[in-house]
Amino acid sequence: MTATGPVPLATELLSAGAHAAGAQAPTAGANAMRTHAVTLAAEAGGRGFLSPTGVEIAFLLVGLVTLGAAIVTVTTRQLVHAALWLVVALGGLAVEYLLLTAEFIAWVQVLIYVGSVVVLLLFGLMLTKAPIGRSPDADSGNRPAALAVAVTAAVTLVWVVVDAFRTTWIDLDEAGRGSTAATGRMLFQHWVLPFEALSLLLLSALVGAIVLARRDGNGTRGRDGGRGRDDGGNADRDSGRDGVTEEQR
Amino acid sequence: MHLAYPAVLAALLFCTGLYGVLARRNAILVLMSVELMLNAVNLNLVAFDVWLRDTLHAGQALTLFVITVAAAEIGIGLAIVLLVFRRRGDSGIDRLRDTAEPPDPRPGGAPDGAGTPADEPRHGGPRTPVRKAGTTA
Amino acid sequence: MTTTTLAVLVPLLPFLGAVAILLVGRRAPGFVQPLAVLPVLASAALAVLVAVSQGGGETLSPGTRLTPTGSVPIDLAFYLDGFAVLVAVAVAVVATGVQLYSTGYLRDDPRYPSYAALVSLFTAAMLLVVYSGDLMVLLVGWEVMGVCSYFLVGHYWETAAARSASLKAFLVTKAGDVPFLIGLFVLAGEAGTFRINGILTAASSGDGLAHPTVTALLLLAGVAGKSAQFPLHTWLPSAMAGPTPVSALIHAATMVAAGVYFVARLLPVFTASAAALAVLAVMAAVTMAGSALAALAQDDIKRVLAYSTLGQLGYMTGALALGERGAAVFHLLTHGAFKALLFLGAGVLIHVAGTNSLAAMSRMPELRRRAPDAYWTMTVALLALAAMPPFSGFFSKEAVLGAAEHAALGRAEGVPAAVGWTVLAAGLLTALLTAAYATRLWLLMGVPGAPPATGSPAVDGTPATGTPAAAGGPDTPAPVAGARTGSGAPGTPDAAAPVAAGLAPDAPHPTAPVPVVMNAVLWVLFLPAAGLGATVGWLPGWFDGTSLAPTLVTSVLGTGLALVGILLTYATWRHTTALARTAPPVPVAAVPAHPGAEEPARSEAEAIATHEPAYGSVAAAADPADPGRLLLGRLHRHAAAGFHADRLWAALAVRPTLAAAALVRRADRDVVERAVRAVAAVPGLLGALVRRAQTGNAQTYLAALLAGSVLLAAAAVLLATGTGA
Repeated sequence: MTATGPVPLATELLSAGAHAAGAQAPTAGANAMRTHAVTLAAEAGGRGFLSPTGVEIAFLLVGLVTLGAAIVTVTTRQLVHAALWLVVALGGLAVEYLLLTAEFIAWVQVLIYVGSVVVLLLFGLMLTKAPIGRSPDADSGNRPAALAVAVTAAVTLVWVVVDAFRTTWIDLDEAGRGSTAATGRMLFQHWVLPFEALSLLLLSALVGAIVLARRDGNGTRGRDGGRGRDDGGNADRDSGRDGVTEEQR
Repeated sequence: MHLAYPAVLAALLFCTGLYGVLARRNAILVLMSVELMLNAVNLNLVAFDVWLRDTLHAGQALTLFVITVAAAEIGIGLAIVLLVFRRRGDSGIDRLRDTAEPPDPRPGGAPDGAGTPADEPRHGGPRTPVRKAGTTA
Repeated sequence: MTTTTLAVLVPLLPFLGAVAILLVGRRAPGFVQPLAVLPVLASAALAVLVAVSQGGGETLSPGTRLTPTGSVPIDLAFYLDGFAVLVAVAVAVVATGVQLYSTGYLRDDPRYPSYAALVSLFTAAMLLVVYSGDLMVLLVGWEVMGVCSYFLVGHYWETAAARSASLKAFLVTKAGDVPFLIGLFVLAGEAGTFRINGILTAASSGDGLAHPTVTALLLLAGVAGKSAQFPLHTWLPSAMAGPTPVSALIHAATMVAAGVYFVARLLPVFTASAAALAVLAVMAAVTMAGSALAALAQDDIKRVLAYSTLGQLGYMTGALALGERGAAVFHLLTHGAFKALLFLGAGVLIHVAGTNSLAAMSRMPELRRRAPDAYWTMTVALLALAAMPPFSGFFSKEAVLGAAEHAALGRAEGVPAAVGWTVLAAGLLTALLTAAYATRLWLLMGVPGAPPATGSPAVDGTPATGTPAAAGGPDTPAPVAGARTGSGAPGTPDAAAPVAAGLAPDAPHPTAPVPVVMNAVLWVLFLPAAGLGATVGWLPGWFDGTSLAPTLVTSVLGTGLALVGILLTYATWRHTTALARTAPPVPVAAVPAHPGAEEPARSEAEAIATHEPAYGSVAAAADPADPGRLLLGRLHRHAAAGFHADRLWAALAVRPTLAAAALVRRADRDVVERAVRAVAAVPGLLGALVRRAQTGNAQTYLAALLAGSVLLAAAAVLLATGTGA
């Protein structure tokens, strides 16, 4: 009964967002409104939480796995395990993307996150001499506050989201919406300029990473940094970073 | 499909990442948590894109961009972490307290940083000769 | 030059002299003496010229508008009548004498430039008061005098007595000045002007002033403060801690004369109220009789003179109470002459004797021989003080007494007979007492035939005891060589040995001669002190016209009583000296540390500083040869303390003020300061608490930030829910 409040609020916000998104294509807004009307009308057609479809069940199961892996990622005391559980979580998310018919994004997710980012993180762990096995100080003293903040945020968000979207359904019937062809067309027709800007961002990130991680040749930083123990690891680090940046490209 | 499923999953993932950012000590673990948060946002973007059937595919495009930016971010972030680790021999972010207000005006902010060996003789300096003089006398 | 121009120059020249001295004094000390003397001298000459050109005729009151105030305008105006021009002559002449005398007296004083400048400024202020025809301008001079007296009395500020005396003089006169200022405003508000001629017109017009009694009493408070009348008289004896020329200036010409002169100038305002006249008469009577008794008991020669000044001022205020301002100003003039002479002579004596104690001086038979000029001029001045014919004091005092008799017999218009009787009785009693203390002063001042010093037999004692005083030459810094011992103690002769050793014939000491200029000034002032009475037939033309000539009855009565006083004192003195010869030696701790030192002022400063340690009191000395002791009997102790007026004031004003100050201090420390500290401590504490949050841990910061935003979001959601439902 108290939950009736946020509903108009959230739907209003969302429809406003839809209007804004479809500003240059008036049909989009009308489309959204029509979808909305359809979903609302479909509610009467027997769809509900108690009668899930096959996609929903699959989504739910994969979601549970993803969430569990994510929770393990942020709670485990074994640092390398955390990275590996992150692989599971990100892979689960890729499956979710697939279930949401965004296949290109799913593959990109697998390629970039699972393929490169996690490898990069593992390299980072190795280079910072992360202990293999359980490390007792993986969590900082901030943990209770973090827990409180996270739980509060979770409760608030879930409540609002459930309140807002409990009568909203996604129509997954449209085929090829997230296909590579559609996405490529979309990217290079409508989003070329941001895409190019992003390439500049990546370039500057590359340069910045090199500048930051580079070791000075005259050894002024050797005193406080390496203390003469990782001359051998230097080459590894450089090559690893090179590999990462290649993968990123 | 019910929209609440991806939305709730995204919210929970986000809060999990939030917890990780706030609770983890190792900087690389914090970066992992940030990735989790970004992915939660990505899930939201994809779900809403599919729901709204946007002709411009704004949600999916933005997801791609976020993935790219996240990759750049993780590169830069790891570089910073490596730099910090090289300078301090530690990647625990709750030990980077150079901006802390010292409880008493004492030179040398890092209690267990690289400056400690250099500080040691300076602190013990005035005492040691006196003690020596006392023992020889 | 017109009379007005001359009159402008009279106060202006000493003022410019003072400014010039202050400007050049430090860099060119050679110019200070001419700059000190010449402007005042020129001012005196100009004052004489002004007096001659005014000639006691029509009152001149030129003026120019100084500033419009919106209500009562302030004018720069003169009011030159016979009183003003004659008093100005007296002031300027005495000031000239004082400046000349000071060139010798403070010859080597490092602070002479500032001293001379202040004396000039003092003179200028007094001349401004005398000439001014506007009460606000008069008030300026009045207050400048207060400040100058503060600095000059405190000239020997190294001694505690001088410091406290200067403060006392300032505060007591200021205590009178506050009601005085209010009185001035009331007066000006009622008369609609600050101009004296306007006020006099308003006071003597048909309906007169609205509140004559209140106004007059308020003004009288200021007059009592400045003219040192009871009960605000206590600053004057204390002011003896200043240099002798300053005392002469204050007593003879400036400060104390200002009050009397002010009343004389605004007499119609006071005569409009019988109550004010009665208060004035009672004030005068109490001051006269009390001060004469106190003068009889003082040991410090200057304090005797100070109390005598009080008494003579009492005569003047008494005459004013009778509405006889001619007599009052006449007495002001003669008193200025002989009192200046007395003080300056006393300065010479103190210089020669090295002490200001009469008890010690009376044991110096050499004193008269070594300071003959001072001795003879002071003798005449004392005769004038005792109102012996044919000296000046006789005529002026008889004028007052004659006026009192006139009023007592009901022949004076507007003056109650009781006022007349009061003044007459007090005046006659004071005549007796004045003669007595004048005689005592003269007898103790080193008269031949005086008993040798009680301690003198011990001069041939151990050389060690005699050394400090005998070696008290100019190059010996030790100022105190005296000791106060118990009477009749076995060790008395030895202990009293240094007492008069400095003056014993077989213990000669280096004596600097008295500067010629000091003696010259004495003789210059001797002339008016002796002969001013001759003007008695000529003065009424300058004043209100009433005759000032002595009447037979009061002359006989007054002179007879004075003679009685003289004889009585002499007889007592014979008795006490005989007694003192036979009695066991009683210590009289004279302190001739630097007798006849190079600089006169230095020996005086030391004498002032050592009187109290030597005698246990700043005023009295336990001298059995003192005739005043026998004459006063039981009263002596109280009289020596000035009848405890100081203690009265301490109980009435000083102690409550100190208690209030202590209260305020405690309130300030315990309440205000604590509150301030608390106000500072609370943010400090909060700051320390907030500082703890600054751990430097970015994670904590982020947690706090996110917690805050989550709270805000939750609150927004709850709020939306609340309003939606």
